[in-house]
Amino acid sequence: MDQNIPQTALTPELSFSSKFGKRGRQKRAVKTFFQAILYLSPALILFITFVFIPLIRSFEISAYITDPIGRLAKFVGLMNYERLFQTTTFMNSFSRTLLFVLYTVPTTILISLGLALLGDLRLKGISVFRMIFSISIAISGATASLMFLYIYHPTIGVNYLLNLVGIHNMTWLVSQKTALLSVALTTVWLQIGLNTVILLAARQTIPEELFESAMIDGANSWNKFLHITLPMLSSTFFFLMVVDTLAAFQTFTPIHVMTKGGPLESTNLLVYSIYREFYFNGKYGFAASQAIMLFFIMLLLTILQFVFVERKVHYE
Amino acid sequence: MKNQIFSRRLWSSISQYLILIIASIIILYPIWSAFNIAMMSDTEMGSYPPLQFPTAIRFENIQRALSQAPLGRYLFNSVVQSTLVMVGQLITACLAAYAFAFIEFKWRNFFFLVFLSTMMIPWEATIIPNYLFIKTLGWTDTFQGLAIPFMATGFGTFLLRQFFLKIPHELKDAATMDGCGSFRFLTTIVLPLARPALGTLAVYSFLQTYNQYLWPLLITNNSSMRTVQIGITLLQDEERLMINIVMAGVIFILIPTLTLFVFSNRQLIRGLTAGAVKG
Repeated sequence: MDQNIPQTALTPELSFSSKFGKRGRQKRAVKTFFQAILYLSPALILFITFVFIPLIRSFEISAYITDPIGRLAKFVGLMNYERLFQTTTFMNSFSRTLLFVLYTVPTTILISLGLALLGDLRLKGISVFRMIFSISIAISGATASLMFLYIYHPTIGVNYLLNLVGIHNMTWLVSQKTALLSVALTTVWLQIGLNTVILLAARQTIPEELFESAMIDGANSWNKFLHITLPMLSSTFFFLMVVDTLAAFQTFTPIHVMTKGGPLESTNLLVYSIYREFYFNGKYGFAASQAIMLFFIMLLLTILQFVFVERKVHYE
Repeated sequence: MKNQIFSRRLWSSISQYLILIIASIIILYPIWSAFNIAMMSDTEMGSYPPLQFPTAIRFENIQRALSQAPLGRYLFNSVVQSTLVMVGQLITACLAAYAFAFIEFKWRNFFFLVFLSTMMIPWEATIIPNYLFIKTLGWTDTFQGLAIPFMATGFGTFLLRQFFLKIPHELKDAATMDGCGSFRFLTTIVLPLARPALGTLAVYSFLQTYNQYLWPLLITNNSSMRTVQIGITLLQDEERLMINIVMAGVIFILIPTLTLFVFSNRQLIRGLTAGAVKG
């Protein structure tokens, strides 16, 4: 308030009182600061204990060889990371995970777009269909995996129905050629709910006037879809791409329930590999180095999304 | 002419319904087939061609599943864990969101970024140290081990802050003038106004925790502390069990989440779309 007045122009008393006021203000700022920290502290303490310190500890463990119960035994520097690229375990999990991303992400988004467009039709009872299309958000990975385990059952599952239409001998989870695809199908089914819900919500934020004026210009529904709906949803597509890719990188439950990484390591995805290396093989250091790689991959994807969204905002 | 337009419109809506119904059948098929198998008697399981529709509504398979494994106990554990996480998240997120929305303090943006950054750190990247930490604390097979690591939420804080920001600041000034302390302002004025956002966070965090898999798998070994998601897959591992009993178990543990899905649909969808869609 009185900071603009030159100090020299002040009488001693005034200078004193202004100093006092400043100190008072500072005191109040310190008080508000501590008050705010008090409100933040429950969450902050939990984050420090269960997110930030463990992240640093992950880096630390990844530079060590441990004993079978996870106590640090010997500092080895970057050796665990070198081994990542020298042994087949990590390179196999990494390439299988990338393949898994390719199988799941585009399929999920395309199917969900179809469902969102269907759910957007102006018909009686459409909200029931919307609910059905989004039902998988209520279903856990474990239960979905068990359901699909029996859908893939050789005799009582979907194979019988496929036989009727002339498709024979689907091997599903048994062959290393089809196992990853079968797990991917389960994941797609699980992710469709979330994707459809988000696309439906995004579709409803497109201003109705755009469609109306296009209709006046004689656009048919295909044109409207191609020139209004798709471009207006582009940032949502990108968001879903990132979210689905992150989810695919984090896939664990279907692998644990359906395949345990097999047959012949064909479904040994990254997180499952981390789990197996530390929980069963006791190689905590090696597992931690894989976890750190996962951290950097996900960080990169998140940053990419921020950069893209930022640019979108500037262009609009 | 008029008739022609009417019949064309009729046909178009009939074909639209047809497509909607076919899509629904495909989406619902996995749940339908689980339900179908859960309703089969042991002799029906062996019949060929396999039955595609249940011949009767049977609850005996659910009863058998419950006697094979303590599914009731698992369900109790899951509900306790999810409730603890939900309450914990509501408390920590409310307090933090209040500070971010109503208090102007130094380094506020810095702290907000710290909270947001927790959303970018995948849980799997920290799971090994967390597992070791919980083991040294002796918290394996305990509710605190299952729940406490998840009681803070960057997403929930963000969600509530967005809502709190819509509450006019004059309310706070007026309350302060009347001598109302900031904690009392939070509990008596902000929280009642924020009820929809609290509901959204509650439903979202409950469902997420109920469906957790990897963490309870790591830190529960004792059968009396297992959660329902782990318990149900163990049921499947026991080979002497028939598939119809496993599927009956699956149907049993789906009931709570499907109920939540149907009756809190709006809150749930608001939570899921909060991060994705602006406006």
